[in-house]
Amino acid sequence: MAKKTEPVIQVGGLRNSFGEQLVHDGLDLEVKRGEIFGVVGGSGTGKSVLMRSIIGLQKPDEGEITVFGESMIGRDEEEAKHVRRRWGVLFQGGALFSTLTVAENIQVPIREFYPGIDQDLQDEIAAYKISMSGLDSDAGAKYPSELSGGMRKRAGIARALALDPELLFLDEPTAGLDPIGAAAFDQLIGELRDALGLTVFLITHDLDTLYAICDRVAVLADKKVVAVGTIPELLALDHEWIQAYFKGPRGRAAATIAEREEADA
Amino acid sequence: MRFPRMAVTPDISRNVEEGRCVLKLSGNLTILRVRKVAEQLAEIDADNLVVDLSEVERMDTVGAWLVHKLERDRGASIVGATEEQRLLIEHVTQADQPMKVKREIEPALTRVLGQVGAATKVAIGTLYGLLGFFGSLLLSTGSIIRHPRRLRINAIAQQFEVVGVHALFIIGLMTFLVGIVIAQQGAVQLRQFGAEIYTINLIGRSAMKELGVLMTAIMVAGRSGSAFAAQLGSMKLSEEVDAMRTIGVSPMEALVFPRVLATVLLMPLLGFYAAIMVVIGGGIFCWLSLDIPPVTYVQRIREVVPMTDLWQTLIKAPVFGLIIAMAGCYQGMQVQGNAEDVGLRTTTAVVQGIFLVIVLDAFFAVFFTMIGWT
Repeated sequence: MAKKTEPVIQVGGLRNSFGEQLVHDGLDLEVKRGEIFGVVGGSGTGKSVLMRSIIGLQKPDEGEITVFGESMIGRDEEEAKHVRRRWGVLFQGGALFSTLTVAENIQVPIREFYPGIDQDLQDEIAAYKISMSGLDSDAGAKYPSELSGGMRKRAGIARALALDPELLFLDEPTAGLDPIGAAAFDQLIGELRDALGLTVFLITHDLDTLYAICDRVAVLADKKVVAVGTIPELLALDHEWIQAYFKGPRGRAAATIAEREEADA
Repeated sequence: MRFPRMAVTPDISRNVEEGRCVLKLSGNLTILRVRKVAEQLAEIDADNLVVDLSEVERMDTVGAWLVHKLERDRGASIVGATEEQRLLIEHVTQADQPMKVKREIEPALTRVLGQVGAATKVAIGTLYGLLGFFGSLLLSTGSIIRHPRRLRINAIAQQFEVVGVHALFIIGLMTFLVGIVIAQQGAVQLRQFGAEIYTINLIGRSAMKELGVLMTAIMVAGRSGSAFAAQLGSMKLSEEVDAMRTIGVSPMEALVFPRVLATVLLMPLLGFYAAIMVVIGGGIFCWLSLDIPPVTYVQRIREVVPMTDLWQTLIKAPVFGLIIAMAGCYQGMQVQGNAEDVGLRTTTAVVQGIFLVIVLDAFFAVFFTMIGWT
């Protein structure tokens, strides 16, 4: 694709603080079209805050954020809507609306942005989205409280995909899933990216996810992005945290598995 | 005549070629345009369809779904799709599984019967649960009496502050205003009989016997009963209560007992205070509006209000306190699942508390009349 290198998200000089505590200071970031972009970092390095800043839930102290080439800082709600309909967000706990069934949850963005699509078609859309995200056939009629944590995440991704977004934000999608479920989730995201041409912004702690699907990874430390690149590129760097992260016992295990899978393929 | 077509609008043109109806779609086939396309497609009633996608610029899953439906329901064959579009349609086809997206709606009769049954079950269950809760509260009271070191003085003192001290202003203000209203309404009615002086009887006796303690009970149920339910409920949700149990601390002793004890001990004090505030409110109205000087007012109050009225308040108040605190704590400990349940249980705690207080008050009224405390 010719458009592949065009940046979808650009963050420049971002500065975020909560009271005295400085979370980001001079953070720069660029996500290209069509890539799965992983963000890693220790606990409390502000990964979620970064995502919230980009999607406009957290107003940064300073800095410039553009998504699809449009500045997101200081936009009014009505203008931002046009950008909002081009992305989908999966929050950590799924963040489903508890008073609506899963199918109704998926229809909320459709109704909000494209009113007038008739109910039968909406139901069909909900049904195939549910099926695509790997939920059981009776999940659509269930309320979120009747679902397990993993199913809630899948329902959350079905809702995030409701409008066929170009850009998908995922906050720790595999946290709290069993290894089988997590691997299936990785595969799902990879497939969706190939089928829909998605750009994915992915926050994760999961090394297996990084090896399995991420094209590039950004490392958050010392209040900024200290390194961006493919995993081999990151491994070549001499940064203490990166070395500890990727070359620790868990990192090595994930690398071995990834190598083995590559050899099998 | 046709207007020049805009590139983004999907357009459908039909041609009949070799006995087959060829639909040529063009432009963007996305969710934005799907309503129009679906309508147009529904109007076409020809068989033997061929769908030509060679001029479609963008297609998303909703567009792919429409194409898939043509293929599935009307046996259309698809030509001219790019590799990506073909993948997308394949993806949607795979996802076309029988799905249940609607909850089944029961017939009205069985639904109503079911609701009545469920409500009855809940009511009986609650009664049973409250009795059990009262029992385990008594047990933990017993164990605290046997091991006085387990009494959590700090927790109790804190509850004293929250339930009692913080409520003083609002209860005082509310009952003061009620006193004025009772005096004013009473005076208007009694004036017709030239019996204005009996306004004092009305204020004094109703305040000491009923108003003070009832008003207090309602306010405490609203302020503290609900707070208990919400606090314990959210602690239950965040598994704090379970953590407590595994460490070996009894939630009954650590959470429920201090709250119940504080409410039981404070209700008589608050009730008495409320009754006095009603009397003061009424007194001020009598002074300003009926020209009864405070000295006369107090003297009359002392003459017409028997000591038994005060005893009634002081006997009822702790019982009401027990009921309100128990309803609050019980509902809080019943919270399961999600945050919505906390809200539901909190409401139930208040409604139950006030309801039980008023029912018991009626019983008390009959009882006190029978023993001659009229």
